[in-house]
Amino acid sequence: MSTAEQPTRQRTRRNLELVLIIIAWGIGVLGTLQVGWATEEGIHPRFWITAGVVGLLAVVMHAIVRWRVPYADPFMLPIATLLTILGLVMIYRLDVAAVQRAARLDNPAPTPDVYNQLIWYGVASLLFVLVLLVIRDHRILQRYTYTAGLLGVILLLLPLAPGIGATVNGATLWVRVAGFTFQPAEAAKILLTIFFAGYLVVTRDSLALVRTRVLGIPVPRARDLGPILIVWAVSLGILVFQRDLGTSLLFFGLFVGMLYIATQRWSWLVLGFLLFAVGSVGAYLLFGHVRTRVQIWLDPFAYADAGGYQIVQSLYGFANGGLFGTGLGRGHPELVPFANTDFITAALGEELGLTGALGIVLLYGILIERGLRTAVAVRDPFGQLLAAGLSITLGIQVFVIIGGVTRLIPLTGLTTPFLSYGGSSLVANWVIIALLLVISHRARRPVSGQSTSGSSAEFATQVVRR
Amino acid sequence: MTRSIRRIGLVLMVLFLALLANVTFIQVFQADNYRGRADNQRVLLEEYERERGPILTGPEAIALSEKTKGKYRWLRVYPEGEQNAAVTGFYSMVYGATGLERTENDVLSGSSDLFFVDRIQQLVAGRQPRGGAVTTTIDRAAQQAAWDGLRGTRGAVYAIEPSTGRTLVQVQSPSFDPNLLSSHDPQSIREYYEELLNDPEQPLINRPIVALNPPGSTFKLVTAAAALSSGRFTMDSVLPGPAEYDLPLSSRTLRNWTGEECAPGGEITLEQALAVSCNTAFAWLGNELGADALRAQSELFGFDTKFETPLRASTSRFPEDPDEPQTAISAIGQFDVRATAMQMAMVAAGIGNNGVVMQPYLVQEIRAPDLSILRTFEPQEFDTALSTENARQMQLMMISVVENGTAGILQGIYDDEGNLVRVGAKTGTAQTGREGDQPVSWMVAMAPATNPKIAVAVVVEDGGQAELSGGALAGPIARAVIEAALQ
Repeated sequence: MSTAEQPTRQRTRRNLELVLIIIAWGIGVLGTLQVGWATEEGIHPRFWITAGVVGLLAVVMHAIVRWRVPYADPFMLPIATLLTILGLVMIYRLDVAAVQRAARLDNPAPTPDVYNQLIWYGVASLLFVLVLLVIRDHRILQRYTYTAGLLGVILLLLPLAPGIGATVNGATLWVRVAGFTFQPAEAAKILLTIFFAGYLVVTRDSLALVRTRVLGIPVPRARDLGPILIVWAVSLGILVFQRDLGTSLLFFGLFVGMLYIATQRWSWLVLGFLLFAVGSVGAYLLFGHVRTRVQIWLDPFAYADAGGYQIVQSLYGFANGGLFGTGLGRGHPELVPFANTDFITAALGEELGLTGALGIVLLYGILIERGLRTAVAVRDPFGQLLAAGLSITLGIQVFVIIGGVTRLIPLTGLTTPFLSYGGSSLVANWVIIALLLVISHRARRPVSGQSTSGSSAEFATQVVRR
Repeated sequence: MTRSIRRIGLVLMVLFLALLANVTFIQVFQADNYRGRADNQRVLLEEYERERGPILTGPEAIALSEKTKGKYRWLRVYPEGEQNAAVTGFYSMVYGATGLERTENDVLSGSSDLFFVDRIQQLVAGRQPRGGAVTTTIDRAAQQAAWDGLRGTRGAVYAIEPSTGRTLVQVQSPSFDPNLLSSHDPQSIREYYEELLNDPEQPLINRPIVALNPPGSTFKLVTAAAALSSGRFTMDSVLPGPAEYDLPLSSRTLRNWTGEECAPGGEITLEQALAVSCNTAFAWLGNELGADALRAQSELFGFDTKFETPLRASTSRFPEDPDEPQTAISAIGQFDVRATAMQMAMVAAGIGNNGVVMQPYLVQEIRAPDLSILRTFEPQEFDTALSTENARQMQLMMISVVENGTAGILQGIYDDEGNLVRVGAKTGTAQTGREGDQPVSWMVAMAPATNPKIAVAVVVEDGGQAELSGGALAGPIARAVIEAALQ
């Protein structure tokens, strides 16, 4: 590396990133071969082409990172790549199970999902590259604080619009346009994180003001309560009208978390928790579907033939996996309904065992830790809030869905970032990685280096003015 | 804001630790609980995911796994289901397994420690483990002959190699079709099993080694052996053989099956008494020797011992404390004497093997999935029932039964080189004592008598009335089995 010649320059560690990506790709190749071997399907004729495309996408993304954000964190891209590849392998493995099942029943072979997911991975990497090319400095995004907020809310409400909204499996969070369905909430979570970050940078000083204390707890001024109440109401609205517990929890948790970071007032956390508790109890009392979810959570085996079937099968899958798993292609992950979307962790837990499940959770943990580290390292408050917010989004989402399929908390429908089958989720999460890399590059770049976008102080002033 | 970001990180870390702890709890501590739940299909699917190893007789499989297109990947198939049911048992998803399918399950399923090396390879290659093969000691031709002769009746055939104890034939009738119990359709399995359970002929019991019957006159072999062992008698000793024997301490008499004296003048040698199956002479002999001597002799042949071949056999028995008339009747294999076909075959085998009784066994070899031999079972001595000299005399006496006595049907048997084979045998007919039961007819034989390759016991439970019927019903089956074994 060039460190030796120029002591002032920080190491970029891009080569480490490339090695990790190659390892991730190798794991995917071995995993797919193992699936073919264990299910006796053999090596798919298009396997090497597919593996080549996946490798090419990963290397192109790496090359763009090397070019545009050379000082960015070296772990985020490999981890996201590995998770995406693990998802592809498992989706392929479930395709095989579906084909074999159809053959047994003399049904026509179902269309495989893995190619769709592969196309979405292509789209995701395209957006990833676009973000890196267009957004040289994340602070540009602060200009669009309110645009992002408005767009985010519109996207959130879109599934309720007549004609294009669609209800899938009881939750109204889909939009269907020209044959394509997507979950606008996935895009909305990024837009709203930008909005929250931009909004809180401006208002955090007043939100941090304390006038009164109740029982020793500092209480914010009444007029500053407005925003949190609005977000709370919107979250409840999602829960009530779109019947989606997970998304509702995600947005509310995200906002409260960012509010706390911006104001450093833990009273906001307490308030948020209280509001959440009130909302939860209210929802439990008022809505049958929430009550059912909770009852299934408390005793899934009592509902094993009905609403509890999924979670029971998921637990059986994890149990079947045990310590080291059945091995790819040798378990029965197809017995869990929606194994390739909501329950992909159960499928991986069954075939890769506790070892694999812990590995996956730890990968997410490292990814989020790298995101938060970026937030701490970056120098501008907007960047800090944005990086922290994006990391929190990932964290909450992973916790809610993996906690759900392992019965730690009641099950709510959220996708598992990068792993789950589904385009909106994959694309949105790759955009998050791209944004985190941009911020990370800014944070780790040598201070003495030539700034391409002028003085950061000037820029910041300009942004705050708008 | 750095501090609050770190704190949020801490909160997320706690949440993730909860995830890790919970997954560990499920996959390690709760796994067995979940696996044991009745509605967990995975356990069953897993079992049928493996290629269960075959059960072989020589190179041919009598139980094997066939690949299916169904949800359960492997189907257990028994090419000659009913003929070998007493050996293989069945392998059912509803009722578990019986027979060798049960006792050799570790090997067949591939979970035996013998396959340690294979298991490591499978682990590395990521393949489903395959089961090992079990080779039985069964003689295929003899087994076939026994089944052909027996089917349609109620009875059993058991044959043993006297010098080793290898089980050559184990056949029952009525039998059951293990294919129907090992299918993948629980409903039809249940229906067939219920049908078998309710059948008064009890096709599910392992008749050759489990059904206990009075051995009748075949027990005279034990009585004669006890007489020789006492040192007071030889095969030429002269015994009283009147038409009727007055049972001591009672007004009842015991008659010969012909109703006549066993020989003119009412006196007969031990050899002749066995040949014509003289009841009065053996009843007298029984009381001369006493119950304890008879029991001791029977135990040297295997009575009162539990055998596992590894299939579990019933324990044959001699009554515990008979009085004198009961001893007399026991000496001719009636009263409370009970024996399995396996036990009576062991008596003949012990005599043929110059007095040494071998432990019966059914599994010859255990083979790895690639059919390499992992373990071979060696013959084991059970006990010495007779001195060599006495055993020789018994062999000659049993030859007399064939050549001059009640087992004439076994005359004229030739081996594969066309030489006449001298066969030794003993017939029997016994009342079960149960109301409405037909007498049980027996044929116990070994060939060639002085150096036998096979000892066989045939029992037909719904036989005819007369002593001769022992020869008439069981005899042809014994003959067919011997011929098949010697060819």
